[in-house]
Amino acid sequence: MAQSPTERISQNPHFRELVSKRSRFAWTLTLCMLAVYFGFILLVAFGKGFLGTPIGSGVTTIGIPIGIAVIVSAFLLTGIYVRRANTEFDALTEKIKKEAVK
Amino acid sequence: MNRLVLAASTAIAAMGISVVTTVAATIEGDVAKQATNWPAIGMFFVFVLLTLGITKWAAAQTKSAAQFYSAGGGITGFQNGLAIAGDYMSAASFLGISGLVFTSGYDGLIFSVGWLVGWPIILFLIAERLRNLGKYTFADVASFRLEQAPIRKLSAIGTLAVVAFYLIAQMVGAGKLIQLLFGMDYGYAVIIVGALMIVYVAFGGMVATTWVQIIKAVMLLGGATVMALMVLFHFGFNPEALFRTATEIHPKGGAIMSPGGLVTDPVSAISLGLALMFGTAGLPHILMRFFTVSDAKAARKSVFYATGFIGYFYILTFIIGFGAITFLMNDPAFYKTIVSAEGVTNYDKIKDILGGTNMPAIHLAKAVLGSYFLGFISAVAFATILAVVAGLTLAGATAISHDLYASVIAKGHTDEAKEVRISKISAVIIGIVAIALGYVFETINVAFMVGLAFAVAASCNFPILLTTTFWKGTTSRGAQIGGYLGLASSVLLTIVSPGVWEATLGFEKGTALFPYSNPALFSMTIAFLGIWLGSVTDKSKTATREKAGYDAQYVRSETGIGAAGAVSH
Repeated sequence: MAQSPTERISQNPHFRELVSKRSRFAWTLTLCMLAVYFGFILLVAFGKGFLGTPIGSGVTTIGIPIGIAVIVSAFLLTGIYVRRANTEFDALTEKIKKEAVK
Repeated sequence: MNRLVLAASTAIAAMGISVVTTVAATIEGDVAKQATNWPAIGMFFVFVLLTLGITKWAAAQTKSAAQFYSAGGGITGFQNGLAIAGDYMSAASFLGISGLVFTSGYDGLIFSVGWLVGWPIILFLIAERLRNLGKYTFADVASFRLEQAPIRKLSAIGTLAVVAFYLIAQMVGAGKLIQLLFGMDYGYAVIIVGALMIVYVAFGGMVATTWVQIIKAVMLLGGATVMALMVLFHFGFNPEALFRTATEIHPKGGAIMSPGGLVTDPVSAISLGLALMFGTAGLPHILMRFFTVSDAKAARKSVFYATGFIGYFYILTFIIGFGAITFLMNDPAFYKTIVSAEGVTNYDKIKDILGGTNMPAIHLAKAVLGSYFLGFISAVAFATILAVVAGLTLAGATAISHDLYASVIAKGHTDEAKEVRISKISAVIIGIVAIALGYVFETINVAFMVGLAFAVAASCNFPILLTTTFWKGTTSRGAQIGGYLGLASSVLLTIVSPGVWEATLGFEKGTALFPYSNPALFSMTIAFLGIWLGSVTDKSKTATREKAGYDAQYVRSETGIGAAGAVSH
């Protein structure tokens, strides 16, 4: 019996490579974001004194750069994902698409 | 169609004139308002005329269902990033967060972080798969291999619940804000917002809605950038100098530089964090935006741009809040003042600010650049509300026509033209209902509504979307059991939480059955457990077929092979 297009693509090694690499990458980044954010929230809940420590002799506390860093990290994580997806994952997807129409 | 748009714009203009006379009438009694109100009204009308012009242009090219629901998939990643930012940055986040920084300092930063961190999650798990599987609504994705009618019904109910709660918060906020900014009656303000959103959505569909959101995003980001730069310029671009002055002026002193009372109970904080993080990934008006781009790559880029714009915006609101402390707190002109017998002016630097604690950003605009800039920022605040409610209305109308009508009621036996007509009628009805709800909730504290909208999105829409795309074992029965349980539990737990049971409904303190401020931690758990249990115990033939359909769905969701592309204009 001839294979259906779905079966053919599912068994394509490039497809397996794409989904395993991408899902590992995406879930790792998701866990990073969760860890950064909930780490920050727990720090706010239990480390108020630490976040309130002034930097040097100024009034600016260590909590300010940490808070800004959480915002920036969200943007950086999306940037890291988009960069790898635009190159590696898109190239694999193209290969799969080409092989699918053969 | 054009004639209709013209008629509608004339109606709006006529309403505008009556509003102007109302404002003029109030100005007679209160001369102090005159200087600040006219530039605001002028600039607001420029915005309204511009957006109505765009609506007319959009209406002329909106001929198909694809155009109406998704702008034909012809929006670029960058444009969509701006539109998403415009859809998401509400007046509540602009005025509310800068106001929170003004009153409590650092707590405002903690709060804004929560609103941003959902975006990377959308990118990593949702955006590309959504674009590859769906056409107009997230129900397209949820029902891809499941039973069409029941799953679309569930998704539409989830959508309409989120839209209703969010709209109530926006309408009441809009009414009060416009009352403050323009000196206009609450009722008129609500009617104008409702009428404009009907016109944008019913005539211009997704094309007009997108451009309203893009213009608003540019105005808001531009205005906030100017304000933040003016503040930083004043302090020689030295944040330490800004913070030092702020701690010297603020009644709470150095305490504004560290976490205060926002997170007192870690369970509530985590629960709210989950609602914000995963609720963002379940907001129907946001999810809908991913169908306006041509493919998964553009969907991915749009989240990257949106995250950048939104993150940048929250950093600006932080600077604006601190700027407001330094510019406003020592100036009695921004306060309700009491002059004592000895001639000493006295006011509470936090409580007595004119218009309440949502107003510091608006007052700061005047303090840094005068009345015309104040006018511009007021118009921006109004535009902000309009863009958000237009997005919500379109999402609600699409759920009614594309999911409820086409699949559940007509069972697929309908045509595009009729579906779009139903959608337009739905937009009008949603607008009228929103105006009515705006009236009903005028005197009720609706602060909990946005949290509730996010909780429902995180506990109903998001679990359905995540499990149907990632877990082969999901069945229609499981999705329904978990989805409805998530929806019901998030609403019920919110009602019996202290914020609603005691603060809004007025029951005695300590009688709330649910001790936490947000239900998401519990309602999300209930939803996922419900989906899992309902699916693994489902031994029906339908379930077998649905599981068998996963592989084909998986191939398409991961590669985009077979996905609906952009349609040419």
